[in-house]
Amino acid sequence: MAIDLIVNGEPRRVQSEGETPLLWVLRDELRLTGTKFGCGIAQCGACTVHVNGQARRACVTPVRLVEGQQVTTIEGLSGPQAEAVREAWREIDVPQCGYCQSGQIMSAVALLSQMRAPDDAAIDAGMVGNICRCATYVRIRQAIKNAAAALEG
Amino acid sequence: MIYGKIDPADLAPAPKTRDRREFLKTAATGLIVGAYLPTFVRGARAEETGVSAAARLDAGASGLGGRQAFAPNAFVRIAPDDTVTVIVKHIEFGQGPYTGLSTLVAEELDADWSQMRAESAPADVTRYANSLFGVQGTGGSTAIANSYEQMRRAGATARAMLVAAAAAEWAVPAGEIAVSAGVVRHAGSGREARFGELADAASRLPVPEDVPLKDPSEFRLIGTELPKLDTPDKTTGAARFTMDIYRDGMQTVAVAHPPRFGSAVGSLDDAAARRVRGVIDVRAIPSGVAVYARDTWSAFKGREALAIERDEAAAETRSSEALFELYRTTTESAGAPAQTRGDAAAALAGAASVLEAVYEFPFLAHAPMEPLDAVAVRDAEGVEVWMGSQVQTLDQGAFAEVLGVALEQVRINTQLAGGSFGRRAQGAADFAREVAHALAAVPAGTPIKLVWSREDDIRGGRYRPLTVHRVRGAVNARGIAGWEHTIATQSIFAGSPFESMVQDGIDPSSVEGVVDTPYALPHLSVTLHTMENGVPILWWRSVGHTHTAYVMETFLDELLEADGKDPVEGRLALLRNSPRHAGVLRAAAELAGWGGPVPAGRARGVAVHKSFESYVAQVAEVSRGGDGLPRVHHVWCAVDCGVAVNPNIITAQMESGIGYGLGAILYDEITLEEGGTVRQRNFDRYRSIRIDEMPAVDVRVIRSTEPPTGVGEPGLPPIGPAVANAWRALTGESVRRLPFTAHRDAGARAPGGGG
Repeated sequence: MAIDLIVNGEPRRVQSEGETPLLWVLRDELRLTGTKFGCGIAQCGACTVHVNGQARRACVTPVRLVEGQQVTTIEGLSGPQAEAVREAWREIDVPQCGYCQSGQIMSAVALLSQMRAPDDAAIDAGMVGNICRCATYVRIRQAIKNAAAALEG
Repeated sequence: MIYGKIDPADLAPAPKTRDRREFLKTAATGLIVGAYLPTFVRGARAEETGVSAAARLDAGASGLGGRQAFAPNAFVRIAPDDTVTVIVKHIEFGQGPYTGLSTLVAEELDADWSQMRAESAPADVTRYANSLFGVQGTGGSTAIANSYEQMRRAGATARAMLVAAAAAEWAVPAGEIAVSAGVVRHAGSGREARFGELADAASRLPVPEDVPLKDPSEFRLIGTELPKLDTPDKTTGAARFTMDIYRDGMQTVAVAHPPRFGSAVGSLDDAAARRVRGVIDVRAIPSGVAVYARDTWSAFKGREALAIERDEAAAETRSSEALFELYRTTTESAGAPAQTRGDAAAALAGAASVLEAVYEFPFLAHAPMEPLDAVAVRDAEGVEVWMGSQVQTLDQGAFAEVLGVALEQVRINTQLAGGSFGRRAQGAADFAREVAHALAAVPAGTPIKLVWSREDDIRGGRYRPLTVHRVRGAVNARGIAGWEHTIATQSIFAGSPFESMVQDGIDPSSVEGVVDTPYALPHLSVTLHTMENGVPILWWRSVGHTHTAYVMETFLDELLEADGKDPVEGRLALLRNSPRHAGVLRAAAELAGWGGPVPAGRARGVAVHKSFESYVAQVAEVSRGGDGLPRVHHVWCAVDCGVAVNPNIITAQMESGIGYGLGAILYDEITLEEGGTVRQRNFDRYRSIRIDEMPAVDVRVIRSTEPPTGVGEPGLPPIGPAVANAWRALTGESVRRLPFTAHRDAGARAPGGGG
C-alpha cells in the first residue's frame, strides 16, 4: 500500500497508511523536519506546505489525498518569491524562536505568488492562519512588503 | 523567571570539582579560552531595592557557596579556519542570547562579526552556572545581565593571548600590536595574521588574569544592530529543534495524562492500543500511561485507543469560578503583611470617598509553539538527552534521581527551543522526570522521543496562577491619600527548589510590582494570602508582574482621574524619586505625541512598569472592535535596560512582549470546569493573538550607561494596563476580570463595584 508523491521535485514512495497526515510522513518517514508540528488541527499553520503551489496544512491532510501531487516543503522552496521572502526575513531579523517561521515563509511565498503587492488587509488575510507565539507579526508584515517591493524592483 | 539560588549539591550526587586549569584545553584543533570570572553582581546591584533585587543580591553574593562561584568556564573557541565560536550558556528560544553573548565576546576580542558562531553550552554547572541562580539556567531576563562582564572578559582574555602569541612569533612588543576586525597587526614590521593562524600558538600560552576590559566609549559592536546569528537557518528549515532529532532505533512516546490535576490511573485496558499499527508497547508511568510507537502518529493513535479508568480520589475538582469565589472572599480580610508604609487604614478611614476594586486573573498556559519534547537514551556513560532545557542542572538532577545515575552522567544537549515563556523552566523538573520514567521502561541503547501534543500542553498545567487582587484607595487634597492592597494567589516558589525565597510567608513573586512600587504613596499596605489548590503552576513570562502591573497601573489611573490629573503628568508627579521610570514615561509620551490629537473613535492609555530591573512605558491607542473588544491600533514603547547591547533585539523583545501580553489580556484563559477538567484543548479555544490583531509598534531604546538588564519579559507588563486604561477612556468601563473576553461575556459586571 505504498503511496507515490512528488516531494520537492523528487518522486518519493512512502509506506505510511493513507490516513496518516502528510505532516508525519514528511517528518517521521522522509525526515524533512523543516515542516513543524504545532497543533494538529490546522489552527497554527506551523505545518504549512505547498501542494501544487497552494498553501496547505499538512497536519490535517491525509497523505492519500496528495498521491501523485507536487508537495513542496520549506527545504525545497525556491524561485524568485522564495528568494525575496528569505532575504527580507533576514534583512530585518524576523524570526525569534523560529519554530513557526517555516510555515510563515510558506504562507508568505504563497501569498506573493498570487498577489504582487499585497496591502495590509491582504497580508492579514493571507497570514492570519499562521500563529507566532513570539508575536513577530510586525516584522512579518514589513518583510512581506519589502519582499514585494524587491520583486517589483 | 527565577530569582534566588540553589546549591546544586542539594540536587543529586555532587558534581565533581574541576581543576582551575582544566578549562584551558590545548589541542591541535585550536584554542579554547575561558577565564576565572567572579560574579559581577555584588557591587553592581547594591543600590537596588525591592524584594527580588534583594534576592538576587543574595544569590550573587553567595553564588555556589563561595569559592565555587569562581569556577573556570570555557566560552570561546577559535578554530584554525578563523571561526570564533561562542559557547552560550543560555538557551536560545528567540530572546537572542546567541547573538547577544557573542556580541560581548566579539567586542572585546575585536573580532569581525562574520567570523562569529554560537553554540549551546553543555550542561555543566561547574562552568556554566547562571551567576544569579547558582545553577545553570535561563530566566528572569538575566542572560545579558549575568553574562555582560563574564563574556567580555572571556573575549578580552582570548584577545590578550592572541596578541601574546603574535608578539612572540614576530618578536615585537605586545603593546605595539593592534587588533581590528579579526586581524592582528604590527604596524612597525607590517606583519599581520588572522585569528585562526594564531590559535594554535595562543593555546600553548598561560592564561592571563585580570585582563582589562574596554571603556564603553571604545565599543564598536555593543550598541549596534548586528544581524542575529540564528536567523539564516530559521528561514530555510535548517534550524534544528528537539522535535527534529531522530536516532536509529528510536521509539516515539506519547503519554496519556489525567483529565484532572491529581487524578491517577485506576485501571487500564491497553488491548486496543496495542493493536494500533506501529504501537510497540504500553506502560504505566507516574505521570500517566506511556504509549511507545515507531513514529509520532502511531503513538498519538495508540494513545487515543487506551481505555483508562481514573482514580479521582486526590483530584482537584473545583472550578475556576469556585476558586475565584473563594479568593474574592479571602481578600475581604488582610493577609500576611508584605509591605507597610505609613498607616493606610487610617488614611482611608478619614477619606471622603474610597474606591474599591476587585481584579480577577485566570490561569494561563504558556503555549510555546513547540510543545514539550525530549530525546533521550541510556548508554554506557549514563544518559544522553536532547531537549530545550531551560534549567539544565535541575533537569539533570531529575534524570539522575529517576535513573539512579550521578548528575554529571546526565549529558544534556540543550537545543534551540520553539519558545518557552517560562514553560521549560521547571523547578520540579516534572517534564524531565516524565521523560526519565518513560526511558526507564525501554532497554539501554534504545532512544526515545517523548512528544507532547498541543492538547497535552494546554491541559497539562504549570499555569500562571489564578489570582485575585482587592484594592482600596482614596485621594485627598494632597493627592493619593491611602492605598490598601490584598492579593490572593498560589505560591510559585513554595515546594520548589527555590523555596528559601519565601520569607515570612511572602513569596516575592506573588507581590513583586506592588511592594516595590516607585510611586510616592505615603500610606501603603500590601498583604498576601497564599492559596493552595491542586493545580500545578509556574512562572509565566514576567511572573507576578503579569497581574501586579495591571492592577497598579489601572487602579492608579482611576485614582488620578478622581484627582483630576492627566495620566502622564499625574504619574510623573508621583515618580519624583525614580528618574528611570519617569524617563521612559516621558519618552513614550513624546513618541506617541501624548496630549496631541487622537483619531475619532479612538482613545489612548498609558502604563509604566519596572520588572527584572528594566523600565518600560507604553502608550496604547484603541478603538472598539466589532467583537466588542479593544482594537489596538498602535503602541508606543520606551525601554531603559541600561547599556543596549543590541537595540534591534531589544526592540524585537518589546514587540514580542506586547504581542504576547496583548493576546493574553484580550483572549487567553484556562478555565477549570465544574469537576476540574480544563475547558480549552488547543489553539481553537486557547486563542493566540494573530497578525490581524497585532498593533503597529514603535520602540525607543533609551541610551544609558547603567549595567545592562533583561528584555525578554519587561516588555509585557505595561501592555495590559495601557490597553485597559485606553479602553476606560474610550468606554468608561473598568475591566477587572481578565481576559477582556470574560469581561465582555460577563456583561453586567458593574464598573467600580466590589467584585
